[in-house]
Amino acid sequence: MTETSPPAGRSPRVTANVCQAAGCVSLRSVELSKDLGDRLQKAGVTDAAVKRVGCLGLCAEGPLVRVPETGQLFSEVGVGSEAEAALVEHLATADPTREPRPKPSSFFASQVPIVLENSGLVDPEDIDDYIARSGYEALTTALTEMTPAQVIDQIVVSGLRGRGGAGFPVGIKWQTVAKSTTTDHKYVICNADEGDPGAFMDRSVLESDPHRVLEGMAIAAYAVGADSGYVYCRAEYPLAIKRLKTAIRQARRKGMLGQNIGDSQFNFHVEVRLGAGAFVCGEETALIASIEGQRGTPRPRPPYPAVSGLRGRPTLINNVESLANIAPIIRNGGEWYAKTGVGRSKGTKVFALAGRVVRTGLIEVPMGMTLREVIFDIGGGILDNRPFKAVQTGGPSGGCLPAEMLDTTLDYESLSEKGSIMGSGGMIVLDDTSCMVDVARYFMDFSRDESCGKCIPCRSGTTQLRMLLDKIVEGNADMLDLSRLEELASMVKATSLCGLGQNAPNPVLSTLRYFRSEYLAHIKERTCPAGVCAIASGEAKTS
Amino acid sequence: MNVCTLKIDGVEVVGTAGETILDVARSNNIEIPTLCHLDGLSDVASCRLCVVEVAPSGKLLPACAVAVEEGMEITANSDRLHRYRQQIIEMVFLERNHVCSVCVANNHCELQDKAAEFNLTHFDLCPVNPRLEVDATHERFAIDHNRCILCLRCVRVCSEVEGAFTWGVSGRGLDTRVVTDAGAPWGESDTCTSCGKCVQVCPTGALFEKGRSVAQEKPRRPFLPYLTDKAGVPA
Amino acid sequence: MRQASPKAPSDDKRWRMIDARIRRLGSSPDALIEVLHTAQEAFGYLDPETLAYVGAALGVPPSRTYGVATFYSHFTLKPQGKHTCVVCTGTACYIGGARGIIKRISQDLNIGPGETTEDKRISLLTARCIGACSLAPAVVFDDDVQGKLSPDDVMTHLEQL
Ligand SMILES: Cc1cc2nc3c(=O)[nH]c(=O)nc-3n(C[C@H](O)[C@H](O)[C@H](O)COP(=O)(O)O)c2cc1C
Ligand code: SF4
Ligand code: FES
Repeated sequence: MTETSPPAGRSPRVTANVCQAAGCVSLRSVELSKDLGDRLQKAGVTDAAVKRVGCLGLCAEGPLVRVPETGQLFSEVGVGSEAEAALVEHLATADPTREPRPKPSSFFASQVPIVLENSGLVDPEDIDDYIARSGYEALTTALTEMTPAQVIDQIVVSGLRGRGGAGFPVGIKWQTVAKSTTTDHKYVICNADEGDPGAFMDRSVLESDPHRVLEGMAIAAYAVGADSGYVYCRAEYPLAIKRLKTAIRQARRKGMLGQNIGDSQFNFHVEVRLGAGAFVCGEETALIASIEGQRGTPRPRPPYPAVSGLRGRPTLINNVESLANIAPIIRNGGEWYAKTGVGRSKGTKVFALAGRVVRTGLIEVPMGMTLREVIFDIGGGILDNRPFKAVQTGGPSGGCLPAEMLDTTLDYESLSEKGSIMGSGGMIVLDDTSCMVDVARYFMDFSRDESCGKCIPCRSGTTQLRMLLDKIVEGNADMLDLSRLEELASMVKATSLCGLGQNAPNPVLSTLRYFRSEYLAHIKERTCPAGVCAIASGEAKTS
Repeated sequence: MNVCTLKIDGVEVVGTAGETILDVARSNNIEIPTLCHLDGLSDVASCRLCVVEVAPSGKLLPACAVAVEEGMEITANSDRLHRYRQQIIEMVFLERNHVCSVCVANNHCELQDKAAEFNLTHFDLCPVNPRLEVDATHERFAIDHNRCILCLRCVRVCSEVEGAFTWGVSGRGLDTRVVTDAGAPWGESDTCTSCGKCVQVCPTGALFEKGRSVAQEKPRRPFLPYLTDKAGVPA
Repeated sequence: MRQASPKAPSDDKRWRMIDARIRRLGSSPDALIEVLHTAQEAFGYLDPETLAYVGAALGVPPSRTYGVATFYSHFTLKPQGKHTCVVCTGTACYIGGARGIIKRISQDLNIGPGETTEDKRISLLTARCIGACSLAPAVVFDDDVQGKLSPDDVMTHLEQL
């Protein structure tokens, strides 16, 4: 439903799609919507509408407004700003039949929206708007024309891999859960814990197009034989939670969730469960413990949740973005999906581009694009024309790649070969004002704080690694400390219980691989080349 | 019964379905060090001392918590594993304040034994030196957090065997502590049955009986074997 | 473990909200985290009485309730100030200057992260990425997210709360 619309029956000449995802909301876009409506009314414009939509992508330049009929994008449209006046003028006078459509800017030109196809177009709080754009079509098709096995086949053919970090083939996981036998329930869990600092893809998807995730969950449930599900969402995302709850309520009323979905025999109930500020709860066994109301500590696998998960029953856990890909795959076929991408990495990936780039925001690109294309073509290069230093992907479990690696393609295999990981999609660009040892220490600090404390290598190891890194940045380390750092890093990686501890050393190992000279400068010359660390004056502390 | 054959350190051994790698290794006299594991309690696989290498992936898995499978090839002892285990023990010593000479468990402490077994003669890393409390409010027992290694045996025995749920775990990461009830002093607990099982299972001198001088605390665990079956599930 | 449902500590209306939540979730131990969320929303923090009540109502032993409440950083066992100021320390905010913001607040208000000013007006908290990376560095004043802030901006906002 549009917030301000022309009299019933007439479709508007032009629409102002106002972004109301969290980024723009914090820049007052809700007030902007209202103000736009008032101004249009005052100006006597009756054939222009104002509509609430999800993320328009270019988050740093918000509040953003797009007029889909003319293709114009207005940025930094503050209430009462000149941009707003220009927008009102455009809305009052533009004639979409004549107006030449602007060429899409380089930020959008090479993007391929599949997950984000509705983002910025549909009203996230209106199921009818979603349905008008083929929403729930895939679910209906699956329920009426396909067997569960056929659904799984399409997912296998698509080559879709988990977007939560590990990249496990989604179809194979579904097969395992479908095969697991149980006397009663199976569960589907959507992992919306999105804990990696510097990542906001899942938040945007939930805020912009929540029904797509629910539809994916329902299709998954049908395919594996589950009848209830949970969305485990971090509490730090109040707007996403609100929209998700609204969407569940609407879908239930429309018969797209609940009993006898789409008049079939299939039942599926979904509830939202909130995280409470623990990164480790993104790990699947910890997540399950948390939904069961317990401390979120991981347990050893096997048994995998696909066999024994929530309340000991077979449980499918997929990430938000993985599930958001399901409806389009079922609608267009697995082969269609597999046409995008490279090698064993099919389809697209959503990234949260942030850090020292000109254009930060949410992007979706085909797998196989190079880092250079993303950072320089889409991102517009480095802020203030400073030199590029490194790009960090995969958050605290990932690594930093230097300028020499800018032609690396974005796919699971290439990135891990180079010592980083695809991760969940956070991509932070660093320039010469960042010290790589300090960055490594930042991530180690994160892992230490978020370690659940259950196993010794991670609990104590992240603390010890952090103390060694402290010594280095403070200019108090010697070469023996460096070798201790390396030895300890590989030990923590090998022996920790869960992915948190196993990956916590990655930022250290990758910066050691590509930026060893910076470590050596801190140790041997007692200087911080970037001038970030306390010893930047070049004076060695004596203590 | 389902029997499977596997290799541990090159030796062909036989196990039954449901047995862990540790069970099978022990019944074949193959030594795998453990710390958090205790026969009769559930396994949490948290100390990681028992990790073994499982071919072909080479991944390290905790022997105490992984069931044997047909055809497994396991390396339970190697230079690499030895070094990892040494480092784990070193880190346990450094994260709290262990002073053996004044400890009630001196000479019968499992941590001390491990240090000896792994020839730990000095520390490469730095001590964390946390400030920790001693809770001596209970009439008969006390806990010195300086000596706790967070094996959580006390928590497990309290819930799985005694059924009192007095001991729990609070905080997280390096701030993890074992606690009684909702963090109130032990002496004020109204769930504690004063059974003393927690004291009996503690591998170090963290939990001890009052009035016993240094080095008198001897573990006695008469209650465990009778209450459990072979697979380690409390009856 | 389950006993007859306990009586609310007082007839404060907020207990009724909590009771309603407990009933809706079927009084099961599974519901602990959800109910603690409701309780913290109602009272601003979780005091021993609240923990005891929630635990008893759900059949969860005190050691487990306390364990959960202290594991998750979202839960707080201490009363917060009248206003909260959450500085995001996610990667983008960190390299964008979050450190300087925290330093400034700490200096000017004499509190560290996790602490509350003496007059109980402001609590300083940190968050591991609030997902507003494009607006780095970001700070949440009460429930209001503000981005691209300098330490000066932050102090001005704090004065105006
Ligand atoms: C410490 C840790 C944190 C994780 N955090 C997340 C997360 O926030 N979101 C997510 O989807 N997966 C996360 N994962 C990965 C999940 O365990 C799991 O692999 C994923 O949800 C599976 O879904 P997918 O196959 O669709 O990717 C995390 C893993 C670890 C070890
Ligand atoms: S690796 Fe870290 S987070 Fe994972 S179980 Fe061990 S202590 Fe907990
Ligand atoms: S004995 Fe297996 S992990 Fe501790």
